[in-house]
Amino acid sequence: MAHDTMTNAGALAPAEGLKGIVADWSSDQRAFKKVPWGKAMMWIFLLSDTFVFASFLTSYMTVRMSTTVPWPNPSEVFALTIGGKSIPLILIAIMTFILISSSGTMAMAVRFGYQKDRAKTAILILITAAFGASFVGMQAFEWTKLIVEEGVRPWGNPMGAAQFGSTFFMITGFHGFHVSVGVIFLLIMAAKVWRGDLDKQRPGFLTGRKGNYEMVEIMGLYWHFVDLVWVFIFAFFYLW
Amino acid sequence: MEHADANQHPAGETKAEGQQHPISVYLWIWGLLFVLSTFSYLVDYFHFEGYLRWFLILLFMVLKAGLIIAFFMHMKWERLALVYAILVPTGALLVLVGLMSLEGHYTFLTRGTYFAPSHEVAKHK
Repeated sequence: MAHDTMTNAGALAPAEGLKGIVADWSSDQRAFKKVPWGKAMMWIFLLSDTFVFASFLTSYMTVRMSTTVPWPNPSEVFALTIGGKSIPLILIAIMTFILISSSGTMAMAVRFGYQKDRAKTAILILITAAFGASFVGMQAFEWTKLIVEEGVRPWGNPMGAAQFGSTFFMITGFHGFHVSVGVIFLLIMAAKVWRGDLDKQRPGFLTGRKGNYEMVEIMGLYWHFVDLVWVFIFAFFYLW
Repeated sequence: MEHADANQHPAGETKAEGQQHPISVYLWIWGLLFVLSTFSYLVDYFHFEGYLRWFLILLFMVLKAGLIIAFFMHMKWERLALVYAILVPTGALLVLVGLMSLEGHYTFLTRGTYFAPSHEVAKHK
């Protein structure tokens, strides 16, 4: 592997701990040892995306703290009536479990990918995409209910502070967009795995990069990040 | 590097590569995330209020985020140079949150003084 050649050239095993950080960054070579560049770039993209979502959530915090009008109670707004009983936040809880499950199947897809188990990898990626699509479907249902039945608009709502609508649509909309894009890329990746593009190192149709099972892991990083963002949205917007 | 690598190992040859961990690790984390999500849902279901509610929400959130990053995203097994490069900058966000919460309080007080009906201000005190 690539990093083996590098460490052999250096003759010494890479240092660990804080010394390792200094050694890696001052090595006059690439700083991220043992990390394929695609993965390092995905991490840096995710870091920048973290700042985008954090800005949204921070502005939500600011408007919620500064409004003098009571904030609508999310527990009641997002309650569903099932069998004549009103259950708080139940749809959001189901969406949370679905997204976590999709992360689980994705993690296993990455693992089977590195074992070159083509069929299992492709099927697990497809299951992940199906979970993701059902998440987006439920979000569409939630939005419809909020807009049509509850009368929530970005500029106001009957329950309280006007900022509720704008922050809700902005934050969940941006997250839902990430999930949708993820589903599309998952489907593309599943097709590539199924066809054996990664085994045969066929160049991709868009970037021309040679197929490689690292791509599944990089795709997985993005998907887990989408799940990660939902953890924060769930805590700050729905539970707070 | 990648190309040299590809030449040394022709396609189809099986070799140990990338991050390989036993499937049980992922199933365990999956289970833990389910349990933690159930707990955070129950915080709302049982109507915990005040500081207890906020503490529990943050606790379960941080635990879930940590599990996802460490195991699903393989951060636990990466070299520290990458881990720190990704995780340390997010600390800047805490500064932003701190500053904006000061700002939020200030705006609220200003609005209370100049705009809000008096009964609303009393409710928030």
